[in-house]
Amino acid sequence: MELVIARPEGLYCPPGDFYIDPWRPVDRAIITHGHGDHARPGHGHYLAAEAGAGILRSRLGDIQLQTLPYGEIINHHGVKLSFYPAGHVLGSAQVRLEYGGEVWVASGDYKLENDGTCEPFESVRCDTFITESTFGLPIYQWRPQTEIFAEINAWWSANAAENRTTVLFCYAFGKAQRILHGLDPSIGPIFVHGSVSPLNKAYLEAGVYLPATQYVGDVEDKTLFRQAIVLAPQSAAGSPWMKRFGDYADGFASGWMQLRGTRRRHGLDRGFVLSDHADWPSLLTAIEATGAQRVFVTHGQIHPLVRWLCEQGLDAASFSTEYGDDEAVTGHEAEEPGEGVST
Amino acid sequence: MREFAALYTRLDATTSSNAKLQAMQDYFAQAPAADAAWAVYFLAGGRPRQLVPTKVLRALVLQASQLPEWLFEESYQAVGDLAETIALLLPQSEHTSEAGLAVWVEDKLLPLRGLPPEDLVARLLPLLNELDRNSQFVCIKLITGSFRVGVSKLLVTRALAALTGVDAKQVAQRLVGYTDLSATPNAEDFARLTAPDDGSERTEKLDGQPYPFFLAHPLQLPLEEFETVIGTPDLWQVEWKWDGIRSQLVKRKGQLWVWSRGEELVTDRFPELAVLAERLPDSTVIDGEIVTWKDGRVQPFALLQQRIGRKTLTARVLEAAPVAVLAYDLLEWQGEDWRTRPQHERRAQLEQVVATADSPVLNVSPVLTGESWQALAKLREDSRKLGVEGMMLKARNAHYGVGRTKDVGTWWKWKIDPYTVDAVLVYAQRGHGRRASLYTDFTFAVWDADLNAADRKLVPFAKAYSGLTDEEMKQVDAIIRKTTVEKFGPVRSVTPTMVFELGFEGIGRSSRHKSGIAVRFPRILRWRHDKPLEEADTLATLQALLPATAEPEAA
Repeated sequence: MELVIARPEGLYCPPGDFYIDPWRPVDRAIITHGHGDHARPGHGHYLAAEAGAGILRSRLGDIQLQTLPYGEIINHHGVKLSFYPAGHVLGSAQVRLEYGGEVWVASGDYKLENDGTCEPFESVRCDTFITESTFGLPIYQWRPQTEIFAEINAWWSANAAENRTTVLFCYAFGKAQRILHGLDPSIGPIFVHGSVSPLNKAYLEAGVYLPATQYVGDVEDKTLFRQAIVLAPQSAAGSPWMKRFGDYADGFASGWMQLRGTRRRHGLDRGFVLSDHADWPSLLTAIEATGAQRVFVTHGQIHPLVRWLCEQGLDAASFSTEYGDDEAVTGHEAEEPGEGVST
Repeated sequence: MREFAALYTRLDATTSSNAKLQAMQDYFAQAPAADAAWAVYFLAGGRPRQLVPTKVLRALVLQASQLPEWLFEESYQAVGDLAETIALLLPQSEHTSEAGLAVWVEDKLLPLRGLPPEDLVARLLPLLNELDRNSQFVCIKLITGSFRVGVSKLLVTRALAALTGVDAKQVAQRLVGYTDLSATPNAEDFARLTAPDDGSERTEKLDGQPYPFFLAHPLQLPLEEFETVIGTPDLWQVEWKWDGIRSQLVKRKGQLWVWSRGEELVTDRFPELAVLAERLPDSTVIDGEIVTWKDGRVQPFALLQQRIGRKTLTARVLEAAPVAVLAYDLLEWQGEDWRTRPQHERRAQLEQVVATADSPVLNVSPVLTGESWQALAKLREDSRKLGVEGMMLKARNAHYGVGRTKDVGTWWKWKIDPYTVDAVLVYAQRGHGRRASLYTDFTFAVWDADLNAADRKLVPFAKAYSGLTDEEMKQVDAIIRKTTVEKFGPVRSVTPTMVFELGFEGIGRSSRHKSGIAVRFPRILRWRHDKPLEEADTLATLQALLPATAEPEAA
């Protein structure tokens, strides 16, 4: 029995008659997490993990949203559905489906490292696992985030010592809060772009520690920026919004910064390799831990991961989806080469 | 090695020239002289011949990473840089080596050359294991001879000048030949580079040492603005822009040295110039262009290129593509540096020197005259027929500068417009360097018949990758991903939808290309959003551009 199939509207569960992260408007949508390519407006009913409720409401407004705590089961048309933490961003979930003695898990986007701003990834045993593959090549191997934060803080300190503003571009939802969580507030004041503030609020309301931040637009005295770090989405790079900072150093925090070519193409002073997605070893670890014999790969470096898994004796194939392309939806996150956005 | 790798990272992380200068100065100031000597060599563009075949490096990384070959290839395609791919795929290691750059290059890397492949893997892997990832990357760059870090020779010159207080022109002079293929710079060389200037160097020349080349700037102006911007033609010495190998002939102590613009010693490549050792007096240095010269005219560059590619120069090759020098300038005469004399004075003396030498392999590049820029522009229209790239304008009072400078007078290159054709993008491959992982290397095609022909097909004829803005690159990349028909290894064929105007410098017949045509220096001029696919050019358009005379085949 296929518990999930690919349909033009999105990934569909036939016995339950609902969709997971559909990209076209449907009646019933299960949402794994709040990034724009997974949580789209226009569906009739939304079901998501409770931890992500605040985020979804802040991004999608007044939707008909039902939530479920992690681990709790809901029965829909005989399909037992439950959410487990995916460790990707606040409220992100893997969807566990059980029907007719079979268990499928759709993981949405995930990472294994505990980043301190959301429930860490929890491995769920299943027969069939649906995985992302944003960074599904062995060239992508992340270092622990503590090392990356140490680099960012050191860079910020050095800039502040030279009276130069530090501007760090990052994805506004998830990455920004993760960085804030890792910044050392003793170095100087922390400012955020307008697109980051509402998400900070949702994180704070969910009880996640974030250092005190100020909204860039509230600042009259521009000399305040000299010692500061500013978090902004990449769309702000090169825009008139940047003028207020005068002399500044800029950087970008993303998994794509792993490659020198991408770093150079951005023409920024620094690239920090920090991703909210699983790297190659984590993908393999996560897949193995599920015990699944069948694996579907939804987006990213699909071909290499499918071929690798097949060579390891698993039954692997791809699902064609529209994830990893939320540029059209949010309109302000620059898409990287290849696939994947919320990196 | 770690310090040099750190310098690389600092240079790589910034786009600011000042930051790069500072990084180099900091390094040169603290590094042991032997290490600094090699650092200057690599930064200024020195490349030892590849020490380890690429094949061996691939075998090494497959062995160390336990990855299948296809996954290595996929990774390489995504990264677009072999050294970086290898460094990313090798198991991470602790940096344990305390040896500096000189020890690494001289004792560990250079001895690898020529070892049998199985020994190479066995020797190289433990070496790389002594390095952290960043140092591994730089080390592999050195091994493969592909070390580049966005620093020009000029910038290295400026860093050394700032460090030592010696005039940059003097440093440039000392650096000439420093990056020659066979050079093995040492602490003494670095000491010589950074020694205080006591004036002695101006009179005592090293035997074969050439001068830094003076380079031209492109002149891009509407004809009617010439006079306002650069004045009347009588202020300029006008010559053809010959299409050959820019060279310096250095005759000292009974011996002749020939240097290419890349400051490589190429004397042995041109045995027919050896006679000039007899013909030119000692302490003479001439700047000129080496061209293939036959039947009283210059031959296409392709012919010269074939000859350059040969390992051994047989009598047949020498007969098929004989070379001669078209002299541009006189840099040294009777042991005196003439570079600060005005152009017209150097030219007059050059004509005498060449006349006295009286050799068929040495002629002056003729000076062209015209009443007005319009008249010269008319004359310039003959460029293609004559096989030249346009004209050179040299200020009559200009000194002979160093590199691409304008402070002591200017040289302009007034090139003819390229050939253009509207072509269709049919294949794409991911790029390298800053274009890595984007589909930016394209194959273009034209139609094999005109609009009304049934079943007409697109025939690929050129590859090009440069010419798009970053924004356009992204858009084209997205379209390629969406319109992919098939993947053959790293290459994707696409449903033809995009038309581009291509420019190129030359065109010839070729039996090696399906289209029967080979073009020189193809690049993208612009994206023709306005042009429907059907209206792209045809093979007949290209054929009409072929030179009327029977051109030799461009291989």
